Amino acid sequence: MKKIIDILQELRPEFDFTTSEDYIEDGMLDSLDIVSLVSMMDKEFGISIKGREIVPENFSSLAKIQALVKKYGVADEV
Amino acid sequence: MKFKFQGKRIGGILTVIPKNIRTFEEEMGNYTASTARMKRMKEVMGYGEHRIVKPDTCVSDMAVFGAEQLFSRGLVKKDEIGALLLVTDSPDYFLPPTSNIIQGRLGLSEGVYCLDMIQGCSGYVIGLLQAFQLLEQLEDKKVLLIVGTTLSRKVSPKDRKTYPLAGDAVSISIVENCADDAEPIFAEMRMDGTRADALMIPAGGFRTPCSPETAIEHEDEDGNIRSLNNIVMKGGEVFNFMQIDVPPLIEDILRTAGKTKEEIDWFLFHQPNKFMVEKLADGLEIPREKLPSNIVSHFGNSSGATIPTNICFNLADKIRENSFDVCLSGFGVGLAWGAISMKLGPLRFCEFAEY
Repeated sequence: MKKIIDILQELRPEFDFTTSEDYIEDGMLDSLDIVSLVSMMDKEFGISIKGREIVPENFSSLAKIQALVKKYGVADEV
Repeated sequence: MKFKFQGKRIGGILTVIPKNIRTFEEEMGNYTASTARMKRMKEVMGYGEHRIVKPDTCVSDMAVFGAEQLFSRGLVKKDEIGALLLVTDSPDYFLPPTSNIIQGRLGLSEGVYCLDMIQGCSGYVIGLLQAFQLLEQLEDKKVLLIVGTTLSRKVSPKDRKTYPLAGDAVSISIVENCADDAEPIFAEMRMDGTRADALMIPAGGFRTPCSPETAIEHEDEDGNIRSLNNIVMKGGEVFNFMQIDVPPLIEDILRTAGKTKEEIDWFLFHQPNKFMVEKLADGLEIPREKLPSNIVSHFGNSSGATIPTNICFNLADKIRENSFDVCLSGFGVGLAWGAISMKLGPLRFCEFAEY
């Protein structure tokens, strides 16, 4: 969880990603940010998130992002 | 629609690119996003240099420039041309057809069949399919297939979704008959007009003519500034289309052709940006080195011309003397997506010219 928050903060340092319940609705991540986020997580965790899973719904909250990377074997505690 | 052709080949490719090179760095200040975000986008999407035409350059100018080089160097003779096909998203005029203008400026005979096709990113695949069909009627004559764009002129320089990847190019391919015992060519095109608004220029046609009102700039929810006269892209929708609809087509065309992914030497796909192409390669489980993704970084996304640009940039030193099993695929505006499995090479010429 911490690594994901670190990546989000690096991506958009002006926002607090621990308080928002919907990053997309709250205007914290747009489609180009999601692309950057995927690229950064791919690199950080050594995975390749499938193209068909790169949809806003999978990146709207910390829990959703964590659930996504978990599918690629990334442990909860990251 | 599925296609099968016998005894057809690409004889040579010349890609004409504008001399004018712009870089992402010098344009970053045009966008309403922080420098840090823009630099990250550069790395992920592969933005680097892109080739942009002068404000008064049209597709016919670059096409005539390139074709005259082919004629003057004897790479093809005027009287060998039986048909001139133009696939573009940026014709010189609504009327007359730009292919007729090119025929006239090149001094080709009245017997040359000219046809414009308004298509975008799948334009090279569509153009080849039309050329292969026409060759059934042409015997020893060849098709001059011109695929190109000057669409940067319709892209807002303040729209970071579209302008960083814009690129202009016009590619000329000689398409011809060859021995009937050559390996068959398999192809398929799919279209979905229900998603036509995913990539469009809202104003400028008969539905919404250009006017002072359509030229008014507005800012979208992501801070991009453009008018109705500019191209607008639903980035997420286009991305999902490419990742969800294109892979089954590639799997199907290879199955039809009786080829495995391992047997294909090169996957030469349209290139909207580096990230999308790499994700497509990963999704298809194709090694990234067999599916080049470096065209946007060096030239920009030149719509239908990215596939021949890809061939000229990545295969020029190999393709003049070798033949490869290739899978071509174009996808985008329409929405339309298509693929071809064929032998490519040896080509008599495969090169760039600067206009």
